[in-house]
Amino acid sequence: MNGALRVDAGGRINRARPLRFTFDGHELTGFEGDTLASALLANGVHLVGRSFKYHRPRGILAAGSEEPNALVAVRRDDARYTPNLRATQVELYDGLEAHSQNRWPSLSFDIGAVNDLLSPFIPAGFYYKTFMWPRSAWKSLYEPRIRAAAGLGESPTQADPDRYSNRYVHCDVLVVGAGPAGLAAASAAADVGARVILCDEQSELGGSLLGEPDGARAPQIEGERASAWLTQTIDTLTRNPRVSLLPRTTAFGYFPHNLVGLNQRLTDHLANPHPDSPRERQWQVRAQEVVLATGAIERPLVFPGNDRPGILLAAAARTYVNRYGVIPGSRAVVITACDEAYRAALDLHDAGVFIATIADVRAQAYGPLAERARRAGLPVQTLTTLVGTSGRLRVNAVQLARIGDDGKVIDGVQTMPCDLVLMSGGFTPSVHLFSQSRGKLAWDDKAQSFVPAQSAERVRSAGSCRGTFALAAVLEDGASAGSAAAGDAGFANTARRPAVPAADPAIGAYAGALPQPGESTGHKAFIDWQNDVTTRDLALATREGFRSIEHIKRYTTTGMATDQGKTSNLNALGFVSRQLDKPIPEVGLTTFRMPYTPVTFGAFAGFARGDLFDPTRTTPTHDWAARNGAVFEDVSLWKRARYFPRNGEAMHAAVARECLAVRKGCGIFDASTLGKIEVVGKDAVTFMNRMYVNAWTSLAVGRSRYGVLLRDDGFIYDDGVVARTAEDRFHVTTTTGGAARVLAMMEDFVQTEWPDLSVWLTSTTEQWAVIAVQGPHARRVLEGLVEGIDISAQAMPHMSVAPGRICGVPMLLFRVSFTGELGFEVNVPADFGLAVWEAIHAAGQQHGITPYGTEAMHVLRAEKGYIIVGQETDGTVTPDDAGLAWAIGKSKPDFVGKRSLQRPAMAAADRKQLVGLFTADSQVVLDEGTQVMLERDQRPPVRPLGHVTSSYYSPVLSRSIALALVAGGRARMGEALYVSTPNGDVPVQVTSPVFYDSEGARLNG
Amino acid sequence: MLLIECPYCGERPELEFVYGGQAHIARPQNAPDLSAQAWSDYLYQRDNTKGIHAERWRHTHGCGRFFNALRDTTTDHFIAIYKVGEAAPAALKTRKVAL
Amino acid sequence: MQPFSGLSLLRRGLSGQRGWTQQWRRAEPKGAYDAVIVGGGGHGLGTAYYLAKEHHLTRVAVLEKGWIGGGNTGRNTTIIRSNYLFGESAALYDHALKLWENLSQVLNYNVMFSQRGVMMLAHTVHDTQVSKRHVHANRASGVDNEWLTPADAKAFCPPLNIGDIRYPVLGAALQRRGGTARHDAVAWGYARAADALGVDIIENCEVTGIRRDSNGAVESVETTRGLIRTPKVGVAAAGHTSVVMKMAGIQLPLESYPLQALVSEPVKPIFPCVVMSNTIHAYISQSDKGELVIGAGTDAYTSYTQRGGLHISGHALEAVCELFPMFRRLRMLRNWGGIVDVTPDRSPIIAKTPVPGLYVNCGWGTGGFKATPGSAHVFAFTIARDEPHPINAPFTIERFRDGHLIDEAAAAAVAH
Repeated sequence: MNGALRVDAGGRINRARPLRFTFDGHELTGFEGDTLASALLANGVHLVGRSFKYHRPRGILAAGSEEPNALVAVRRDDARYTPNLRATQVELYDGLEAHSQNRWPSLSFDIGAVNDLLSPFIPAGFYYKTFMWPRSAWKSLYEPRIRAAAGLGESPTQADPDRYSNRYVHCDVLVVGAGPAGLAAASAAADVGARVILCDEQSELGGSLLGEPDGARAPQIEGERASAWLTQTIDTLTRNPRVSLLPRTTAFGYFPHNLVGLNQRLTDHLANPHPDSPRERQWQVRAQEVVLATGAIERPLVFPGNDRPGILLAAAARTYVNRYGVIPGSRAVVITACDEAYRAALDLHDAGVFIATIADVRAQAYGPLAERARRAGLPVQTLTTLVGTSGRLRVNAVQLARIGDDGKVIDGVQTMPCDLVLMSGGFTPSVHLFSQSRGKLAWDDKAQSFVPAQSAERVRSAGSCRGTFALAAVLEDGASAGSAAAGDAGFANTARRPAVPAADPAIGAYAGALPQPGESTGHKAFIDWQNDVTTRDLALATREGFRSIEHIKRYTTTGMATDQGKTSNLNALGFVSRQLDKPIPEVGLTTFRMPYTPVTFGAFAGFARGDLFDPTRTTPTHDWAARNGAVFEDVSLWKRARYFPRNGEAMHAAVARECLAVRKGCGIFDASTLGKIEVVGKDAVTFMNRMYVNAWTSLAVGRSRYGVLLRDDGFIYDDGVVARTAEDRFHVTTTTGGAARVLAMMEDFVQTEWPDLSVWLTSTTEQWAVIAVQGPHARRVLEGLVEGIDISAQAMPHMSVAPGRICGVPMLLFRVSFTGELGFEVNVPADFGLAVWEAIHAAGQQHGITPYGTEAMHVLRAEKGYIIVGQETDGTVTPDDAGLAWAIGKSKPDFVGKRSLQRPAMAAADRKQLVGLFTADSQVVLDEGTQVMLERDQRPPVRPLGHVTSSYYSPVLSRSIALALVAGGRARMGEALYVSTPNGDVPVQVTSPVFYDSEGARLNG
Repeated sequence: MLLIECPYCGERPELEFVYGGQAHIARPQNAPDLSAQAWSDYLYQRDNTKGIHAERWRHTHGCGRFFNALRDTTTDHFIAIYKVGEAAPAALKTRKVAL
Repeated sequence: MQPFSGLSLLRRGLSGQRGWTQQWRRAEPKGAYDAVIVGGGGHGLGTAYYLAKEHHLTRVAVLEKGWIGGGNTGRNTTIIRSNYLFGESAALYDHALKLWENLSQVLNYNVMFSQRGVMMLAHTVHDTQVSKRHVHANRASGVDNEWLTPADAKAFCPPLNIGDIRYPVLGAALQRRGGTARHDAVAWGYARAADALGVDIIENCEVTGIRRDSNGAVESVETTRGLIRTPKVGVAAAGHTSVVMKMAGIQLPLESYPLQALVSEPVKPIFPCVVMSNTIHAYISQSDKGELVIGAGTDAYTSYTQRGGLHISGHALEAVCELFPMFRRLRMLRNWGGIVDVTPDRSPIIAKTPVPGLYVNCGWGTGGFKATPGSAHVFAFTIARDEPHPINAPFTIERFRDGHLIDEAAAAAVAH
């Protein structure tokens, strides 16, 4: 059937390139340059979808992104299934597979249409009034049914294999919309040398010009046909290296400080996209100046039965004829409140469509277009309204009635058969982006529209998006906006005015429902097509006391469908304004929100998926650990080796083996992730005294000390070993996760509180590889490798630090232990980390050196009662709570957090304090986070005494151990308490948090 | 994403900066002797201004320097940028807007 | 109050649904009230309802500068749960949850409370420790919360990607009683029920001043619609609390930040529950209408603009796409922002103030909606009795001075 409904020539389709496609399995043909909508119409298919609530048959209303009805799913394969696409935006490609939505069993026979019959009982907001009894039925019965009925398309069910990319750019002038105004603006700005980005949501640049007839009836610009001007203009822009043209690119959001988000669709129009090409690209454009040339959207008219397939916006029908060469019907009735519909009638008439009548609701139709229509012999009836339509799956007749001088409908209905209705309620300027930019809008009564008034950003509007409709005026407006924008961006401001014929007069508009006789004909008059919101719903909402347009919108859902009210908002406002007898500006305008049209989630995510979701930080020995079977854990951005299973060991077995190796022989551990900050300057010690709770003045060069850092609210923020490597130099270590925020906090104090201190801070976390060698054999392992340092117990006691060399590379050697064993931490430049690690590992073989991971490290430190910030502490723990009061420099006048430690709550006797717990059954390992109770079997709610912070099986003790924060814990030594578990309370005994070698003999070995 | 003018590096996107909260809240010199209320005010009380707000930013992923800004919290437009230790500018220049 | 039921819908359907009258009166401000509530969101309207219902104060007005439910009530992602760590918080939020369970019936307004289960994911060993601590603490508090293995989590929410991702799912804490509700209905339902008890709901009425008598006590409020005398003012103004309280000379430890949320285009049922990931910042559920409702984070800076940065919503979608890669092709339909007022310990203030007769309910941060009925209930108690209900007694202003913080955020702090 293809071709039957096409004009013979003209338009922007390529008749030499037929394309096959399917719709609900039916094989059809279109042409290159078609949208799915134009190709369907060319095949005589008007029924393309079912409405959201009543499942009414719906056709194609529009030709652009404002389409509310014709939503389809496009399937490339099981994983590339995209629901809810507007058929008017889907570009045809060979093999395209489209499906209608929200119907069962078929589009033409849909069981859900029974809702249409039930509509008297399911008005707006009906669900707020019912489904409440019995209470349990909401979850089991009502809600599942409501949910099944709601929704439009089906979600994809497989991971999307396509890629998305993003780009950040700056430009002098961003022009949004490549219709005549946008092209004129971009040309004017580009002519004076500005860097210009011009984007448009359509596949071709040209905007409204694409829908104009060519040939003899073509509009003239600068003395030539519009199509020729368009070709030349685009050609000139294309050749300008400072101009970027972005078709298929929607400006979806306007953000503060002139940042505009663009969504560029790269492959959806291709039959066989290159597998490496991203599907979409998100641009974030920071523009010095923005020109919005976003055009205007034709407004439907509201009358009973206005939703049948075959009822189109007039300008859309014109676009189908002129751009796509499609004849959307054979016998048309035009209903209008706007001169532009006459232009559509003339173009369709020229294409061979019989124009049964042009019904104009206005009293007069004197404009030049109306005159042309009359001269062409088209019947024009003024003061005429449309009071009904008929036709099940497509309109087959309309009923017209006369409007009296008093504005009331006169009795007597004229029925007129037709298969096409064109309607026009005028044009609504697309102020979405302007409003998103927080610009103020003003009501224009003549245009029955809101138009841009005052900008909040560096933005101008040009052309029909600010209510300028005549082509000549639009071009002039665009050119002057482009010039002025370039001027404000620092280029010459040379207004360029194309020679144009005289402007058209004002064209007319209508907001609200058309006059109807009496109360109601029983047919629904739709305001919001997609969400099935009718005049009756809006009337009900106002009757029920909803007056703010935001309330009415939310109660009736008008304007909340996937088209976000592009075709409905002004009619809703107009209707409500009459219901409430308030002028439209007083009813209010719902806020425009991003995005302008829906934007793919994947385009926001861009490259951030899988390994690129977050940066991955690895230590110098990462690959070695991976080769040696390490299981890694995520700690902030780092990958840390958690344990090194051998021969399929489970974690607990590997951890036990690693722990015992450290206790009995020697272990090697990569501690490189610990944060490292170099604090340097003549006031370094003063700075450290003020930052950390400890006293630093007495710390000798070559010695280190465990430091505790508080926030000013008195709670533990971080900890770590701090070494004094020179009089004016400290090597500060932090927790892995705390490195960045500790440096930030230090910088804050240095720069803003104590600028008088001479001190500099440098992060050296990634400069050093840190290799911990721990265990009774640690010294013997290192002895042969270390150069220039005497590492004997006498020369290098616990907590000493010395520079030297190892394996020929510079080293800072710490005698330090987080395991309770004799231990060293070898700091070498990161690039040598792996080589030194391998050398130590090789040298340690004869001593049974064993690599261990973070899990064994946790067990070993817990056996010694060493805390981990973030595990024993949680932002509510003071040094005293954690048993670290000893670290506080008592004689210091102040340090960060000191004053807060005097607050009443900090001194309370029932503060939670760090203790150890032994389970009565030594083999029971408590779950971390379990709650400590005073008594057994208490019924909730009960206030626990505290909770278990760390809990492990200690291989060296052959029993379980736990650290816990317990209210008044240090006074409870030996006390019997209970730990609540899902399987009952476990008896425990409070003990010291130091479980192993409490005298520290091994440490000092 | 805001566009923020670092006084040392120029205009950069917000991603390079870390917000530092209200400006001109000096840590009390005599902290240990301060009343509970005065200390609590220092720790927690903020003007939370609706309007012109003096605030701190740090160009963390740049020069690393702290600086101050006046920003209108009803529009997010910056009105002035000034350095740490300087008083907030009294004269507020209004931002040029175009239609 | 016209009763709402399936029967009434049917009956009125026979006459074109014409019999319905306004759900609440369009009240004009009177010269004096026993109590004035500033802020017509869920918390304020609920407070007025409970003042009238349980404390028999009938001369009550709710003053709303815009339209009721237009602030955070109508801008949030409607997640409801009570599995907070500390006993004080759990008691407050579970009080609310219990009221949610009967709210539709009590108000005769279907608020569509849907106990679909709220699942909070753990991605790291530290997450797991924190999540399990919550589970165990909640058991002591009598709040349901259970630990799921990754496979259990996947079974509960089939679209979840637990394996091949940057931060694999190591488990999840599930509160089955948690879920979502229809936010607008909460405001409207409370408004209708309060109105029926005589409460005046006055929209487009902005409070511009709070006058105090010679003793310093509240005497009246100045509004854009005239002076209103009242001995009691309850402020429930969410993001604008600082602005209102300044009128009475009170500064609170609050900062207001933009918070964003977004929805997808509606699709048929695909997502059975609520999933939250605090580590990678994803909050997602599917509404009754079919839209995926997604919460994003706050911006870094304070603002009253009700809009946030593109990178904030973008980051939320990165997380959603990572956890649910089948949703990458779905599309963002609408994105919006609200203003949340945040306290230093991320817990609310529901308390008397130093000004006699002035009460404040604020500081809910990103989590106020879930508390609506419970917060309103105890706030009404506090206003009526001039003393806190035992449940909100810990949520004072003075806790910041004395150090008795209820620091839910710090308790989840990450370090190692």
